Amino acid sequence: MSESAIALYSERGGARGEPWLARVVVIGLTMLFLTVFVVLPLVIVFAQALTHGVGAYLAALAEPEALAAIKLTLAVAAISVGLNLVFGLIAAWAVAKFEFPGKTLLITLIDLPFSVSPVISGLVFVLLFGAQGYFGAWLQSHNIQILFAVPGIALATTFVTFPFVSRALIPLMQEQGTLEEEAALSLGASGLQTFFRVTLPNIKWGVLYGVLLCNARAMGEFGAVSVVSGHIRGETNTMPLLVEILYNEYQFVPAFAVASLLALLALITLIAKTILERHLDEGRQVRDN
Amino acid sequence: MTIELTNITKNFGAFAALDGVDLKIADGELLALLGPSGSGKTTLLRIIAGLDWPDGGDVSFDGENALKRGAGERQVGFVFQHYALFRHMTVFENVAFGLRVKPRAIRKDEASIRARVKELLDLVQLDWLADRYPGQLSGGQRQRIALARALATEPRILLLDEPFGALDAKVRKELRRWLRSLHEEINVTSVFVTHDQEEALEVANRVVVMDKGKIEQVGTPGEVYDYPATAFVHGFIGESVVLPVNVAEGRVWIGDQPLNITAPNVGGPSKLYVRRHDMQVGSESIGLRGAVRHVRSFGAIQRADIAVCAGGNETLIEIDTPRDHALRTGETVELHPRRFRIFAD
Repeated sequence: MSESAIALYSERGGARGEPWLARVVVIGLTMLFLTVFVVLPLVIVFAQALTHGVGAYLAALAEPEALAAIKLTLAVAAISVGLNLVFGLIAAWAVAKFEFPGKTLLITLIDLPFSVSPVISGLVFVLLFGAQGYFGAWLQSHNIQILFAVPGIALATTFVTFPFVSRALIPLMQEQGTLEEEAALSLGASGLQTFFRVTLPNIKWGVLYGVLLCNARAMGEFGAVSVVSGHIRGETNTMPLLVEILYNEYQFVPAFAVASLLALLALITLIAKTILERHLDEGRQVRDN
Repeated sequence: MTIELTNITKNFGAFAALDGVDLKIADGELLALLGPSGSGKTTLLRIIAGLDWPDGGDVSFDGENALKRGAGERQVGFVFQHYALFRHMTVFENVAFGLRVKPRAIRKDEASIRARVKELLDLVQLDWLADRYPGQLSGGQRQRIALARALATEPRILLLDEPFGALDAKVRKELRRWLRSLHEEINVTSVFVTHDQEEALEVANRVVVMDKGKIEQVGTPGEVYDYPATAFVHGFIGESVVLPVNVAEGRVWIGDQPLNITAPNVGGPSKLYVRRHDMQVGSESIGLRGAVRHVRSFGAIQRADIAVCAGGNETLIEIDTPRDHALRTGETVELHPRRFRIFAD
């Protein structure tokens, strides 16, 4: 296209022919909405955290309660991401590579944690493991503490974040089919060799993508964890719970300091997600050639 | 390596993919399984490979039961229709895969593996692509790499599922010739699946024609072309002219017109099958005639649509005749099949 043609083209607002005013209004509204509802809150979190300077910010994070919450959050995320990585891989494998009755039901069940309110998810565990719950008496007699302790928080978080890994993998694995696995088997590879040398390398970006989203949600989970945690200071408070407690006690700088860490996590997740999505697309394009 | 299949059955739900298939494959043969889609040919190939299991029947290699062995233990090389190359590995690593996954005790050392891969890439004439990824290759190149990968472990049987199905016509022709000469060179018992009759007749020593889960005919390309055993084979292989006839006491009738040909062993409503180039137009009369509807000439032949009256209905047939005998639209001509087969309905 010559330069004058490009100019003509853009003057008319492209092939769809909408006037430039409509474009400006639509794009402007979108930007305004994004700024007010997404960018502004993010900026405020960091601004509030830093109102009394970097020194106060760092001191707030160095408080024993804050450190304990950070540690607990990291530990819980590690446990639930680990469990969901294994479960997600197995579930995705089952759905994508085998045909069996009840498959549709299974796929629906995998999505259940997304459609249930996190508070309900937490309550389920109270009903199961609480003192009046189904396993409460048995647990008490064996001196096993699940509720108001790390196991309960990890369980609730695992439940809430269950779909991420399998949801990232099922479409990918279904698209890839079973041909490469069959080729590997007929070349004499064992089941494990086939998995580690053929299946896993093909889905590694999908696995990372699922783990990333799973981790972000695990660290940020509030509702389900709030129900099962018991809010014991320095022991069963995760970062989101601590933020709420601090805020309710009018300790704004510490509250926003901890919140800023979660916001930072969100930003890093966003960047990593963009990079991973590019890799996933590339993989898809190579296949299509 | 001989392969013997006995009474193989396989159902997918209510659909019978294979229905009592018996087949013996001789050592060093290059055999084609030919049939339309849904005829069960790919299922049969996958059962030989151990990628599918029959519901009933036996598979034996050199007289030994193969069904108790998994796909990896049968020493079978399988080439998939869509290549199934490992997309995250280089061409070199794809070919080396079968050698690398062997148990440590019988695995070759790295130098021997490299030498073997090099040898195979030379064999398929693609050694210059060793460091590329499958996504960077053309279809024909991928297919040859898939073949090299399958041959790496020195399989006793080579199985190919529609090996040229996804390639364009020119590459397909080249690869056909190449596969034949490769087979002459390495002489491993080979079975390939195809729906393309030309491919089967041109490449294979022996052709197995399948339809609806059953074997219709087994024979050399010449046999299945010239002496089709069933109406299906006659219709599926080569160009056929088909006319509805009726046979009573060995006499053949088309509508109420008797034909001066005989059909022993057949009775009742039947079909007369004639190769398109075997239908002659001329003075010799067997009582079969039709009206020329349309004539087109190209090359050395002219092709004519001729309407034959069979009972109350007209059947339009297409025949090829030499160009020196010009046909005129509208004229009535005598038709005389040089060779024909009659199959009861």
